[in-house]
Amino acid sequence: MLEIRWHSRAGQGAVTGAKGLGDVIANTGKEVQAFAFYGSAKRGAAMTAYNRIDDKPIINHEKFMVPDYVLVIDPALVISADITAHEKEETKYIVTTHLSKEDLLKQVPKLEGKKVYTVDCMKISMETIGRAIPNTPMLGALMKVSGMFDIEYFKNAMLKVLSKFPQKIIDANMTAIERAYNEVK
Amino acid sequence: MAEKLELQEVEVWDGNMAFAQAMRQAQIDVVAAYPITPSTPTVHGYAKFLSDGYIDGEFVLVESEHAAMSGCVGAAAAGGRVATATSSQGFALMVEVLYQASGMRLPIVLALVNRALASPLNVNGDHSDMYLGRDAGWIMIDAFNAQEAYDLMLMGFKIAEDLSVRLPVMVNQDGFITSHTAQNVRPLSDEAAYKFIGEYKEVNPMLDFCKPVTYGAQTEEDWHFEFKARQHKALMDSKSVIEKVFEEFKELTSREYSVVESYDMEDAEVAIVALGSTVESAVQAARDLRENEGIKAGVVATRVIRPFPYEEIKETLKNVKAIATLDRSAPGGTLGMLYNEITATLYQGDSKPVINNYIYGLGGRDMTQEDIKEIFRDIKKNADAGTLVTPLQQFSGLRGPKLSFFN
Repeated sequence: MLEIRWHSRAGQGAVTGAKGLGDVIANTGKEVQAFAFYGSAKRGAAMTAYNRIDDKPIINHEKFMVPDYVLVIDPALVISADITAHEKEETKYIVTTHLSKEDLLKQVPKLEGKKVYTVDCMKISMETIGRAIPNTPMLGALMKVSGMFDIEYFKNAMLKVLSKFPQKIIDANMTAIERAYNEVK
Repeated sequence: MAEKLELQEVEVWDGNMAFAQAMRQAQIDVVAAYPITPSTPTVHGYAKFLSDGYIDGEFVLVESEHAAMSGCVGAAAAGGRVATATSSQGFALMVEVLYQASGMRLPIVLALVNRALASPLNVNGDHSDMYLGRDAGWIMIDAFNAQEAYDLMLMGFKIAEDLSVRLPVMVNQDGFITSHTAQNVRPLSDEAAYKFIGEYKEVNPMLDFCKPVTYGAQTEEDWHFEFKARQHKALMDSKSVIEKVFEEFKELTSREYSVVESYDMEDAEVAIVALGSTVESAVQAARDLRENEGIKAGVVATRVIRPFPYEEIKETLKNVKAIATLDRSAPGGTLGMLYNEITATLYQGDSKPVINNYIYGLGGRDMTQEDIKEIFRDIKKNADAGTLVTPLQQFSGLRGPKLSFFN
Protein backbone atom coordinates (compact mmCIF):
# COMPACT_ATOMS: atom_id res chain seq x y z
CA MET A 1 0.00 0.00 0.00
CA LEU A 2 1.34 3.40 -1.04
CA GLU A 3 -0.23 6.44 0.59
CA ILE A 4 -0.06 10.08 -0.51
CA ARG A 5 -1.35 13.22 1.21
CA TRP A 6 -1.82 16.49 -0.66
CA HIS A 7 -1.83 19.88 1.07
CA SER A 8 -3.56 22.48 -1.04
CA ARG A 9 -5.99 25.37 -1.06
CA ALA A 10 -9.49 24.70 -2.33
CA GLY A 11 -9.42 25.64 -6.01
CA GLN A 12 -5.78 24.73 -6.71
CA GLY A 13 -6.71 21.36 -8.10
CA ALA A 14 -5.54 18.89 -5.45
CA VAL A 15 -8.71 16.81 -5.78
CA THR A 16 -8.41 16.82 -9.58
CA GLY A 17 -4.71 15.97 -9.24
CA ALA A 18 -5.43 13.10 -6.84
CA LYS A 19 -8.17 11.75 -9.10
CA GLY A 20 -6.00 12.19 -12.21
CA LEU A 21 -3.19 10.25 -10.55
CA GLY A 22 -5.75 7.59 -9.59
CA ASP A 23 -6.92 7.39 -13.22
CA VAL A 24 -3.40 6.92 -14.55
CA ILE A 25 -2.52 4.28 -11.96
CA ALA A 26 -5.81 2.36 -12.38
CA ASN A 27 -4.91 1.96 -16.06
CA THR A 28 -1.85 -0.05 -15.03
CA GLY A 29 -4.04 -2.61 -13.26
CA LYS A 30 -3.58 -1.35 -9.73
CA GLU A 31 -6.35 -0.46 -7.28
CA VAL A 32 -6.66 3.18 -6.24
CA GLN A 33 -8.50 5.45 -3.86
CA ALA A 34 -8.65 9.26 -4.14
CA PHE A 35 -10.50 11.42 -1.65
CA ALA A 36 -10.39 14.76 0.18
CA PHE A 37 -11.42 16.48 3.38
CA TYR A 38 -14.06 18.97 2.35
CA GLY A 39 -15.95 20.22 5.38
CA SER A 40 -17.47 23.48 4.28
CA ALA A 41 -14.20 24.56 2.66
CA LYS A 42 -14.41 27.65 0.49
CA ARG A 43 -12.11 28.60 -2.35
CA GLY A 44 -8.73 29.47 -0.85
CA ALA A 45 -9.20 27.54 2.39
CA ALA A 46 -6.49 25.05 3.35
CA MET A 47 -7.52 21.48 2.60
CA THR A 48 -6.07 18.00 2.23
CA ALA A 49 -6.55 15.33 -0.43
CA TYR A 50 -5.41 11.72 -0.37
CA ASN A 51 -4.38 8.80 -2.57
CA ARG A 52 -4.07 5.14 -1.69
CA ILE A 53 -2.53 2.73 -4.20
CA ASP A 54 -2.31 -1.04 -3.83
CA ASP A 55 -2.14 -4.29 -5.79
CA LYS A 56 -5.32 -5.60 -4.15
CA PRO A 57 -8.73 -3.93 -3.63
CA ILE A 58 -8.55 -1.15 -1.03
CA ILE A 59 -11.12 -1.75 1.70
CA ASN A 60 -9.81 0.62 4.34
CA HIS A 61 -12.04 3.73 4.43
CA GLU A 62 -10.47 5.54 7.37
CA LYS A 63 -9.32 9.08 6.65
CA PHE A 64 -6.34 8.66 8.99
CA MET A 65 -3.12 8.11 7.03
CA VAL A 66 0.61 7.67 7.61
CA PRO A 67 1.76 8.99 4.24
CA ASP A 68 4.65 7.79 2.09
CA TYR A 69 4.56 11.09 0.18
CA VAL A 70 3.38 14.53 1.25
CA LEU A 71 2.74 16.89 -1.67
CA VAL A 72 2.47 20.56 -0.74
CA ILE A 73 1.13 22.53 -3.72
CA ASP A 74 0.64 25.91 -2.04
CA PRO A 75 3.85 27.69 -0.93
CA ALA A 76 2.41 29.11 2.31
CA LEU A 77 0.98 25.82 3.59
CA VAL A 78 4.45 24.44 4.26
CA ILE A 79 4.49 26.95 7.11
CA SER A 80 0.84 27.21 8.21
CA ALA A 81 -0.44 23.64 7.74
CA ASP A 82 0.50 20.60 9.81
CA ILE A 83 2.27 18.96 6.89
CA THR A 84 4.32 16.58 9.06
CA ALA A 85 1.25 15.09 10.80
CA HIS A 86 1.44 11.28 11.20
CA GLU A 87 4.72 11.10 9.29
CA LYS A 88 7.12 8.18 9.34
CA GLU A 89 10.86 8.05 8.85
CA GLU A 90 10.57 7.29 5.12
CA THR A 91 8.00 10.01 4.38
CA LYS A 92 9.11 12.12 1.40
CA TYR A 93 8.03 15.74 1.11
CA ILE A 94 7.66 17.53 -2.22
CA VAL A 95 7.12 21.21 -1.56
CA THR A 96 6.11 23.98 -3.95
CA THR A 97 8.33 26.95 -3.18
CA HIS A 98 10.39 29.67 -4.82
CA LEU A 99 13.01 29.22 -2.09
CA SER A 100 16.10 27.10 -2.33
CA LYS A 101 16.04 24.00 -0.14
CA GLU A 102 18.50 25.62 2.30
CA ASP A 103 16.36 28.74 2.70
CA LEU A 104 13.22 26.66 3.03
CA LEU A 105 14.71 24.55 5.83
CA LYS A 106 15.77 27.75 7.63
CA GLN A 107 12.19 29.01 7.53
CA VAL A 108 10.59 25.64 8.25
CA PRO A 109 12.77 23.93 10.88
CA LYS A 110 10.28 21.04 11.27
CA LEU A 111 11.51 19.74 7.88
CA GLU A 112 15.13 19.59 9.05
CA GLY A 113 16.62 16.13 8.55
CA LYS A 114 13.70 14.90 6.45
CA LYS A 115 13.56 13.78 2.85
CA VAL A 116 12.57 17.11 1.29
CA TYR A 117 12.34 17.95 -2.42
CA THR A 118 11.49 21.38 -3.80
CA VAL A 119 9.98 22.58 -7.05
CA ASP A 120 8.24 25.86 -7.95
CA CYS A 121 4.93 24.52 -9.27
CA MET A 122 3.36 27.98 -8.97
CA LYS A 123 5.90 29.59 -11.29
CA ILE A 124 5.75 26.64 -13.68
CA SER A 125 1.95 26.64 -13.90
CA MET A 126 1.83 30.45 -14.32
CA GLU A 127 4.42 30.31 -17.11
CA THR A 128 2.89 27.34 -18.94
CA ILE A 129 -0.84 27.10 -18.20
CA GLY A 130 -1.17 30.81 -17.40
CA ARG A 131 -3.00 30.17 -14.13
CA ALA A 132 -1.97 29.16 -10.63
CA ILE A 133 -3.07 25.52 -10.95
CA PRO A 134 -0.04 23.70 -9.54
CA ASN A 135 -1.54 20.18 -9.56
CA THR A 136 -0.23 18.73 -12.83
CA PRO A 137 3.34 20.01 -12.38
CA MET A 138 3.32 18.46 -8.89
CA LEU A 139 2.50 15.12 -10.54
CA GLY A 140 5.52 15.58 -12.82
CA ALA A 141 7.71 16.18 -9.75
CA LEU A 142 6.20 13.11 -8.03
CA MET A 143 7.11 10.96 -11.04
CA LYS A 144 10.72 12.07 -10.77
CA VAL A 145 11.01 11.63 -6.99
CA SER A 146 9.09 8.33 -6.78
CA GLY A 147 10.18 6.78 -10.07
CA MET A 148 6.59 5.51 -10.24
CA PHE A 149 6.36 5.74 -14.03
CA ASP A 150 8.59 6.67 -16.93
CA ILE A 151 7.83 10.32 -17.71
CA GLU A 152 6.84 9.65 -21.33
CA TYR A 153 4.44 6.90 -20.23
CA PHE A 154 2.98 9.20 -17.58
CA LYS A 155 2.52 12.11 -19.99
CA ASN A 156 0.76 9.83 -22.45
CA ALA A 157 -1.55 8.55 -19.73
CA MET A 158 -2.30 12.12 -18.63
CA LEU A 159 -3.35 13.00 -22.20
CA LYS A 160 -6.36 10.74 -21.68
CA VAL A 161 -7.16 12.25 -18.28
CA LEU A 162 -7.00 15.78 -19.73
CA SER A 163 -8.82 14.92 -22.98
CA LYS A 164 -11.88 17.03 -22.15
CA PHE A 165 -9.76 20.23 -22.30
CA PRO A 166 -8.84 22.28 -25.41
CA GLN A 167 -5.58 21.26 -27.12
CA LYS A 168 -3.82 24.46 -25.96
CA ILE A 169 -4.48 23.62 -22.30
CA ILE A 170 -3.41 20.01 -22.81
CA ASP A 171 -0.12 21.10 -24.42
CA ALA A 172 0.53 23.60 -21.61
CA ASN A 173 -0.05 20.88 -19.00
CA MET A 174 2.37 18.55 -20.79
CA THR A 175 5.04 21.25 -20.72
CA ALA A 176 4.31 21.91 -17.04
CA ILE A 177 4.65 18.22 -16.15
CA GLU A 178 7.91 17.94 -18.08
CA ARG A 179 9.38 21.09 -16.53
CA ALA A 180 8.53 20.05 -12.97
CA TYR A 181 9.99 16.60 -13.65
CA ASN A 182 13.25 18.23 -14.73
CA GLU A 183 13.33 21.02 -12.14
CA VAL A 184 12.49 19.20 -8.89
CA LYS A 185 15.50 18.84 -6.59
CA MET B 1 -32.34 8.80 -29.40
CA ALA B 2 -29.78 9.06 -26.61
CA GLU B 3 -26.15 8.52 -27.53
CA LYS B 4 -24.20 5.68 -25.98
CA LEU B 5 -21.19 6.28 -23.76
CA GLU B 6 -18.14 4.12 -24.33
CA LEU B 7 -16.93 3.10 -20.89
CA GLN B 8 -13.56 1.60 -20.04
CA GLU B 9 -13.27 -1.80 -18.43
CA VAL B 10 -12.02 -0.06 -15.29
CA GLU B 11 -13.19 3.47 -14.53
CA VAL B 12 -12.08 5.58 -11.57
CA TRP B 13 -15.39 6.88 -10.22
CA ASP B 14 -16.58 8.21 -6.92
CA GLY B 15 -19.87 6.96 -5.49
CA ASN B 16 -21.87 9.85 -6.93
CA MET B 17 -20.56 9.21 -10.44
CA ALA B 18 -21.36 5.52 -9.95
CA PHE B 19 -24.97 6.46 -9.08
CA ALA B 20 -25.26 8.92 -11.99
CA GLN B 21 -23.88 6.44 -14.54
CA ALA B 22 -26.20 3.65 -13.39
CA MET B 23 -29.15 6.05 -13.58
CA ARG B 24 -28.11 7.06 -17.11
CA GLN B 25 -27.88 3.44 -18.19
CA ALA B 26 -31.32 2.66 -16.72
CA GLN B 27 -32.96 4.98 -19.31
CA ILE B 28 -35.24 6.56 -16.71
CA ASP B 29 -38.39 8.30 -17.97
CA VAL B 30 -38.54 11.00 -15.29
CA VAL B 31 -36.04 12.27 -12.73
CA ALA B 32 -37.39 15.04 -10.47
CA ALA B 33 -34.73 16.37 -8.15
CA TYR B 34 -33.57 19.16 -5.86
CA PRO B 35 -29.81 18.80 -5.31
CA ILE B 36 -28.31 18.72 -1.81
CA THR B 37 -24.83 17.95 -0.45
CA PRO B 38 -23.37 15.29 -0.63
CA SER B 39 -25.66 13.82 -3.32
CA THR B 40 -25.44 16.96 -5.50
CA PRO B 41 -22.92 15.40 -7.94
CA THR B 42 -25.34 12.50 -8.58
CA VAL B 43 -27.96 14.99 -9.78
CA HIS B 44 -25.37 17.23 -11.44
CA GLY B 45 -23.79 14.28 -13.24
CA TYR B 46 -27.17 13.03 -14.43
CA ALA B 47 -28.15 16.51 -15.66
CA LYS B 48 -24.87 16.79 -17.54
CA PHE B 49 -25.45 13.46 -19.28
CA LEU B 50 -28.87 14.78 -20.29
CA SER B 51 -27.55 18.07 -21.68
CA ASP B 52 -24.77 16.21 -23.52
CA GLY B 53 -27.34 14.03 -25.30
CA TYR B 54 -26.86 10.76 -23.42
CA ILE B 55 -30.34 10.68 -21.89
CA ASP B 56 -33.78 10.81 -23.51
CA GLY B 57 -35.92 11.06 -20.36
CA GLU B 58 -37.38 14.11 -18.64
CA PHE B 59 -35.39 15.91 -15.96
CA VAL B 60 -37.43 18.20 -13.72
CA LEU B 61 -35.68 20.59 -11.36
CA VAL B 62 -38.27 21.26 -8.67
CA GLU B 63 -38.51 23.74 -5.79
CA SER B 64 -37.91 21.36 -2.87
CA GLU B 65 -37.32 17.73 -1.99
CA HIS B 66 -40.97 17.41 -1.00
CA ALA B 67 -41.80 18.44 -4.57
CA ALA B 68 -39.09 16.13 -5.94
CA MET B 69 -40.62 13.04 -4.37
CA SER B 70 -44.12 14.30 -5.24
CA GLY B 71 -43.02 14.65 -8.86
CA CYS B 72 -41.67 11.10 -8.71
CA VAL B 73 -44.98 9.83 -7.32
CA GLY B 74 -46.91 11.54 -10.11
CA ALA B 75 -44.61 10.31 -12.85
CA ALA B 76 -44.50 6.77 -11.49
CA ALA B 77 -48.29 6.63 -11.21
CA ALA B 78 -48.50 7.98 -14.77
CA GLY B 79 -46.58 4.89 -15.83
CA GLY B 80 -42.85 5.51 -16.17
CA ARG B 81 -39.48 4.51 -14.73
CA VAL B 82 -38.66 7.12 -12.10
CA ALA B 83 -35.77 7.99 -9.80
CA THR B 84 -34.32 10.82 -7.71
CA ALA B 85 -31.42 11.45 -5.36
CA THR B 86 -31.12 13.23 -2.02
CA SER B 87 -29.45 13.41 1.39
CA SER B 88 -30.08 14.47 4.97
CA GLN B 89 -32.40 17.51 5.33
CA GLY B 90 -33.69 16.91 1.82
CA PHE B 91 -34.59 13.35 2.74
CA ALA B 92 -36.28 14.60 5.91
CA LEU B 93 -38.42 16.92 3.81
CA MET B 94 -39.34 13.98 1.57
CA VAL B 95 -40.51 11.77 4.40
CA GLU B 96 -44.23 12.54 4.09
CA VAL B 97 -44.17 11.58 0.43
CA LEU B 98 -42.03 8.46 1.01
CA TYR B 99 -44.98 6.87 2.78
CA GLN B 100 -47.29 7.88 -0.08
CA ALA B 101 -44.95 6.29 -2.62
CA SER B 102 -44.78 2.95 -0.83
CA GLY B 103 -48.50 2.98 -0.01
CA MET B 104 -49.29 3.50 -3.68
CA ARG B 105 -46.87 0.66 -4.55
CA LEU B 106 -44.85 2.84 -6.91
CA PRO B 107 -41.46 1.39 -7.96
CA ILE B 108 -39.46 4.61 -7.52
CA VAL B 109 -35.69 4.33 -6.96
CA LEU B 110 -34.12 6.79 -4.53
CA ALA B 111 -30.37 7.32 -4.53
CA LEU B 112 -29.73 8.23 -0.89
CA VAL B 113 -26.27 9.54 -0.07
CA ASN B 114 -26.22 9.32 3.71
CA ARG B 115 -25.51 12.47 5.72
CA ALA B 116 -26.06 13.69 9.27
CA LEU B 117 -29.23 15.56 10.24
CA ALA B 118 -29.08 19.02 11.85
CA SER B 119 -28.84 20.42 14.43
CA PRO B 120 -25.89 21.12 14.70
CA LEU B 121 -25.66 21.61 10.94
CA ASN B 122 -23.29 19.09 9.37
CA VAL B 123 -22.78 18.08 5.73
CA ASN B 124 -20.79 14.92 6.41
CA GLY B 125 -21.69 11.28 6.39
CA ASP B 126 -23.63 9.37 9.01
CA HIS B 127 -26.73 7.21 8.91
CA SER B 128 -29.28 9.57 10.50
CA ASP B 129 -31.22 9.96 7.25
CA MET B 130 -31.14 6.24 6.47
CA TYR B 131 -32.51 5.46 9.93
CA LEU B 132 -35.20 8.13 9.61
CA GLY B 133 -36.62 6.29 6.61
CA ARG B 134 -36.67 2.79 7.98
CA ASP B 135 -40.41 2.55 8.72
CA ALA B 136 -41.45 4.18 5.43
CA GLY B 137 -42.25 0.89 3.72
CA TRP B 138 -39.38 1.09 1.25
CA ILE B 139 -36.92 -1.63 0.36
CA MET B 140 -33.59 -0.40 1.77
CA ILE B 141 -30.28 -1.59 0.38
CA ASP B 142 -26.83 -0.44 1.44
CA ALA B 143 -23.64 -0.05 -0.62
CA PHE B 144 -20.26 -0.14 1.12
CA ASN B 145 -18.18 1.32 -1.76
CA ALA B 146 -18.55 2.98 -5.17
CA GLN B 147 -18.63 -0.29 -7.14
CA GLU B 148 -21.50 -1.51 -5.00
CA ALA B 149 -23.30 1.82 -5.35
CA TYR B 150 -23.22 1.32 -9.12
CA ASP B 151 -24.23 -2.35 -8.99
CA LEU B 152 -27.01 -1.91 -6.44
CA MET B 153 -28.46 1.09 -8.27
CA LEU B 154 -28.85 -1.05 -11.40
CA MET B 155 -30.35 -3.85 -9.34
CA GLY B 156 -32.61 -1.39 -7.50
CA PHE B 157 -34.69 -0.77 -10.65
CA LYS B 158 -35.02 -4.46 -11.37
CA ILE B 159 -36.13 -5.21 -7.80
CA ALA B 160 -38.58 -2.29 -7.49
CA GLU B 161 -40.20 -2.95 -10.85
CA ASP B 162 -40.56 -6.71 -10.47
CA LEU B 163 -44.25 -7.47 -10.92
CA SER B 164 -44.46 -9.30 -7.60
CA VAL B 165 -42.76 -6.43 -5.71
CA ARG B 166 -43.81 -3.00 -7.07
CA LEU B 167 -42.34 -1.16 -4.10
CA PRO B 168 -39.94 1.79 -3.99
CA VAL B 169 -36.27 1.07 -3.32
CA MET B 170 -33.67 3.24 -1.62
CA VAL B 171 -30.04 2.57 -2.35
CA ASN B 172 -27.78 4.00 0.37
CA GLN B 173 -24.11 4.94 0.28
CA ASP B 174 -21.98 6.90 2.77
CA GLY B 175 -21.76 10.64 2.19
CA PHE B 176 -18.21 11.73 1.22
CA ILE B 177 -16.51 8.54 2.43
CA THR B 178 -18.09 6.71 -0.52
CA SER B 179 -19.81 9.46 -2.51
CA HIS B 180 -16.68 11.60 -2.94
CA THR B 181 -14.01 8.89 -2.88
CA ALA B 182 -12.86 7.77 -6.32
CA GLN B 183 -12.06 4.08 -6.62
CA ASN B 184 -11.76 1.48 -9.37
CA VAL B 185 -15.23 0.69 -10.69
CA ARG B 186 -15.90 -1.96 -13.32
CA PRO B 187 -19.09 -0.91 -15.11
CA LEU B 188 -21.28 -2.80 -17.56
CA SER B 189 -21.64 -1.55 -21.11
CA ASP B 190 -24.73 0.57 -21.74
CA GLU B 191 -26.34 -2.30 -23.63
CA ALA B 192 -25.60 -4.94 -21.01
CA ALA B 193 -26.78 -2.70 -18.16
CA TYR B 194 -30.08 -1.86 -19.83
CA LYS B 195 -30.65 -5.44 -20.91
CA PHE B 196 -30.14 -6.55 -17.30
CA ILE B 197 -32.71 -4.09 -15.93
CA GLY B 198 -35.12 -4.66 -18.80
CA GLU B 199 -37.96 -2.62 -20.30
CA TYR B 200 -40.22 -0.86 -17.83
CA LYS B 201 -43.44 -2.79 -17.25
CA GLU B 202 -46.45 -0.57 -16.67
CA VAL B 203 -48.99 -1.54 -14.00
CA ASN B 204 -52.22 0.50 -13.88
CA PRO B 205 -50.72 3.57 -15.58
CA MET B 206 -52.79 6.71 -15.05
CA LEU B 207 -52.02 7.78 -18.61
CA ASP B 208 -53.98 4.80 -19.93
CA PHE B 209 -57.24 6.70 -20.43
CA CYS B 210 -59.09 3.55 -21.57
CA LYS B 211 -58.71 2.18 -18.05
CA PRO B 212 -59.10 4.96 -15.46
CA VAL B 213 -57.51 4.20 -12.08
CA THR B 214 -57.23 5.93 -8.70
CA TYR B 215 -53.99 6.24 -6.71
CA GLY B 216 -53.94 7.23 -3.06
CA ALA B 217 -57.59 6.68 -2.28
CA GLN B 218 -58.93 7.44 1.20
CA THR B 219 -59.55 4.44 3.42
CA GLU B 220 -60.63 4.79 7.02
CA GLU B 221 -60.94 2.00 9.58
CA ASP B 222 -62.84 -0.09 7.07
CA TRP B 223 -59.93 -0.87 4.70
CA HIS B 224 -56.75 1.01 5.76
CA PHE B 225 -55.49 -1.89 7.86
CA GLU B 226 -55.91 -4.43 5.05
CA PHE B 227 -53.99 -2.15 2.68
CA LYS B 228 -51.11 -1.84 5.13
CA ALA B 229 -51.09 -5.60 5.82
CA ARG B 230 -50.82 -6.34 2.08
CA GLN B 231 -48.10 -3.74 1.73
CA HIS B 232 -46.09 -5.19 4.62
CA LYS B 233 -46.49 -8.69 3.19
CA ALA B 234 -45.22 -7.50 -0.19
CA LEU B 235 -42.20 -5.92 1.49
CA MET B 236 -41.41 -9.08 3.50
CA ASP B 237 -41.87 -11.23 0.38
CA SER B 238 -39.58 -9.02 -1.71
CA LYS B 239 -36.59 -10.80 -0.16
CA SER B 240 -36.92 -13.72 -2.58
CA VAL B 241 -36.93 -11.32 -5.55
CA ILE B 242 -33.94 -9.44 -4.15
CA GLU B 243 -32.09 -12.76 -3.88
CA LYS B 244 -33.10 -13.70 -7.44
CA VAL B 245 -31.84 -10.36 -8.78
CA PHE B 246 -28.57 -10.75 -6.82
CA GLU B 247 -28.19 -14.20 -8.42
CA GLU B 248 -28.84 -12.90 -11.94
CA PHE B 249 -26.35 -10.11 -11.37
CA LYS B 250 -23.74 -12.61 -10.23
CA GLU B 251 -24.25 -14.65 -13.40
CA LEU B 252 -23.68 -11.51 -15.44
CA THR B 253 -20.72 -9.99 -13.58
CA SER B 254 -19.35 -12.63 -11.12
CA ARG B 255 -19.93 -10.05 -8.40
CA GLU B 256 -21.74 -11.65 -5.51
CA TYR B 257 -24.28 -10.03 -3.19
CA SER B 258 -26.31 -11.47 -0.30
CA VAL B 259 -29.06 -10.04 1.88
CA VAL B 260 -26.65 -10.53 4.78
CA GLU B 261 -22.95 -10.24 3.98
CA SER B 262 -20.46 -12.07 6.17
CA TYR B 263 -16.69 -11.96 6.22
CA ASP B 264 -14.40 -14.45 7.98
CA MET B 265 -17.32 -15.77 10.03
CA GLU B 266 -16.59 -19.52 9.64
CA ASP B 267 -14.69 -19.77 12.92
CA ALA B 268 -15.25 -16.27 14.36
CA GLU B 269 -15.65 -15.88 18.13
CA VAL B 270 -16.36 -12.16 18.02
CA ALA B 271 -18.17 -10.19 15.34
CA ILE B 272 -18.97 -6.62 14.41
CA VAL B 273 -22.31 -5.92 12.77
CA ALA B 274 -22.27 -2.65 10.83
CA LEU B 275 -23.43 -0.73 7.78
CA GLY B 276 -21.79 1.37 5.06
CA SER B 277 -18.10 1.86 4.39
CA THR B 278 -17.34 0.82 7.99
CA VAL B 279 -18.12 -2.76 6.98
CA GLU B 280 -15.07 -2.90 4.71
CA SER B 281 -12.85 -1.05 7.18
CA ALA B 282 -13.92 -3.55 9.85
CA VAL B 283 -13.02 -6.49 7.58
CA GLN B 284 -9.49 -5.08 7.30
CA ALA B 285 -9.25 -4.55 11.07
CA ALA B 286 -10.56 -8.09 11.74
CA ARG B 287 -7.97 -9.66 9.42
CA ASP B 288 -5.24 -7.61 11.05
CA LEU B 289 -6.31 -8.81 14.53
CA ARG B 290 -6.44 -12.44 13.41
CA GLU B 291 -2.92 -12.16 12.07
CA ASN B 292 -1.32 -10.11 14.84
CA GLU B 293 -3.31 -10.67 18.03
CA GLY B 294 -4.91 -14.06 17.51
CA ILE B 295 -8.45 -12.73 17.94
CA LYS B 296 -10.87 -14.72 15.81
CA ALA B 297 -12.78 -11.73 14.49
CA GLY B 298 -15.42 -11.55 11.77
CA VAL B 299 -17.80 -9.01 10.26
CA VAL B 300 -21.50 -9.21 9.38
CA ALA B 301 -23.50 -6.60 7.50
CA THR B 302 -27.14 -6.20 6.60
CA ARG B 303 -26.87 -5.53 2.87
CA VAL B 304 -30.66 -5.38 2.89
CA ILE B 305 -31.99 -3.37 5.84
CA ARG B 306 -35.64 -3.61 4.84
CA PRO B 307 -37.01 -6.23 4.61
CA PHE B 308 -34.90 -7.13 7.66
CA PRO B 309 -33.21 -10.49 7.02
CA TYR B 310 -34.05 -12.26 10.31
CA GLU B 311 -33.30 -15.84 9.29
CA GLU B 312 -29.97 -15.04 7.65
CA ILE B 313 -28.84 -12.97 10.65
CA LYS B 314 -29.69 -15.83 12.99
CA GLU B 315 -27.80 -18.32 10.84
CA THR B 316 -24.73 -16.12 10.28
CA LEU B 317 -24.27 -15.22 13.95
CA LYS B 318 -25.19 -18.54 15.54
CA ASN B 319 -21.66 -19.55 16.58
CA VAL B 320 -20.17 -16.30 17.88
CA LYS B 321 -19.65 -15.57 21.58
CA ALA B 322 -19.81 -11.78 21.49
CA ILE B 323 -21.19 -9.21 19.06
CA ALA B 324 -20.67 -5.45 18.75
CA THR B 325 -23.50 -3.69 16.95
CA LEU B 326 -22.28 -0.43 15.40
CA ASP B 327 -24.80 2.34 14.77
CA ARG B 328 -23.81 5.53 12.93
CA SER B 329 -26.84 7.51 14.08
CA ALA B 330 -27.66 9.25 17.35
CA PRO B 331 -30.00 6.78 19.04
CA GLY B 332 -32.33 9.41 20.49
CA GLY B 333 -32.96 7.86 23.87
CA THR B 334 -32.61 4.14 23.27
CA LEU B 335 -30.07 1.61 22.04
CA GLY B 336 -29.01 1.76 18.40
CA MET B 337 -31.21 0.28 15.66
CA LEU B 338 -28.80 -2.53 14.86
CA TYR B 339 -28.52 -3.44 18.54
CA ASN B 340 -32.27 -3.69 18.90
CA GLU B 341 -32.87 -5.63 15.69
CA ILE B 342 -29.92 -8.00 15.98
CA THR B 343 -30.63 -8.76 19.64
CA ALA B 344 -34.33 -9.34 19.00
CA THR B 345 -33.48 -11.66 16.12
CA LEU B 346 -30.94 -13.71 18.07
CA TYR B 347 -33.30 -14.00 21.03
CA GLN B 348 -35.32 -16.32 18.79
CA GLY B 349 -32.30 -18.53 18.10
CA ASP B 350 -30.56 -21.22 20.14
CA SER B 351 -27.37 -19.34 20.93
CA LYS B 352 -27.19 -16.37 23.25
CA PRO B 353 -24.07 -14.33 22.46
CA VAL B 354 -23.17 -11.27 24.54
CA ILE B 355 -24.23 -8.21 22.55
CA ASN B 356 -23.37 -4.56 23.10
CA ASN B 357 -23.79 -1.34 21.19
CA TYR B 358 -21.40 1.32 19.86
CA ILE B 359 -22.51 4.67 18.52
CA TYR B 360 -19.77 6.01 16.22
CA GLY B 361 -18.90 8.28 13.33
CA LEU B 362 -21.61 10.91 13.88
CA GLY B 363 -21.30 13.88 11.55
CA GLY B 364 -18.52 12.20 9.58
CA ARG B 365 -16.16 11.54 12.54
CA ASP B 366 -13.43 9.26 11.17
CA MET B 367 -13.76 5.56 12.04
CA THR B 368 -10.12 4.52 12.18
CA GLN B 369 -8.61 1.06 12.07
CA GLU B 370 -7.51 1.59 15.68
CA ASP B 371 -11.07 2.49 16.78
CA ILE B 372 -12.42 -0.70 15.21
CA LYS B 373 -9.68 -2.87 16.70
CA GLU B 374 -10.41 -1.39 20.12
CA ILE B 375 -14.04 -2.48 19.74
CA PHE B 376 -12.99 -6.02 18.81
CA ARG B 377 -10.63 -6.15 21.83
CA ASP B 378 -13.48 -4.86 24.00
CA ILE B 379 -15.93 -7.55 22.98
CA LYS B 380 -13.25 -10.23 23.22
CA LYS B 381 -13.49 -9.53 26.97
CA ASN B 382 -17.24 -10.12 26.78
CA ALA B 383 -16.63 -13.35 24.86
CA ASP B 384 -14.04 -14.59 27.38
CA ALA B 385 -16.22 -13.72 30.38
CA GLY B 386 -19.36 -15.12 28.76
CA THR B 387 -21.25 -12.13 30.09
CA LEU B 388 -21.35 -8.39 29.63
CA VAL B 389 -18.26 -6.86 31.26
CA THR B 390 -18.24 -3.73 29.07
CA PRO B 391 -20.92 -1.03 29.19
CA LEU B 392 -24.03 -1.97 27.22
CA GLN B 393 -23.76 1.16 25.11
CA GLN B 394 -20.60 3.13 24.32
CA PHE B 395 -19.54 5.97 22.05
CA SER B 396 -16.53 5.16 19.87
CA GLY B 397 -14.32 8.00 18.63
CA LEU B 398 -15.51 10.74 21.01
CA ARG B 399 -12.74 13.23 21.83
CA GLY B 400 -11.32 13.61 25.31
CA PRO B 401 -10.91 11.07 28.12
CA LYS B 402 -12.98 7.98 27.40
CA LEU B 403 -16.69 8.82 27.35
CA SER B 404 -16.14 12.12 29.18
CA PHE B 405 -18.48 13.84 26.72
CA PHE B 406 -21.15 11.24 27.33
CA ASN B 407 -21.10 10.38 31.03
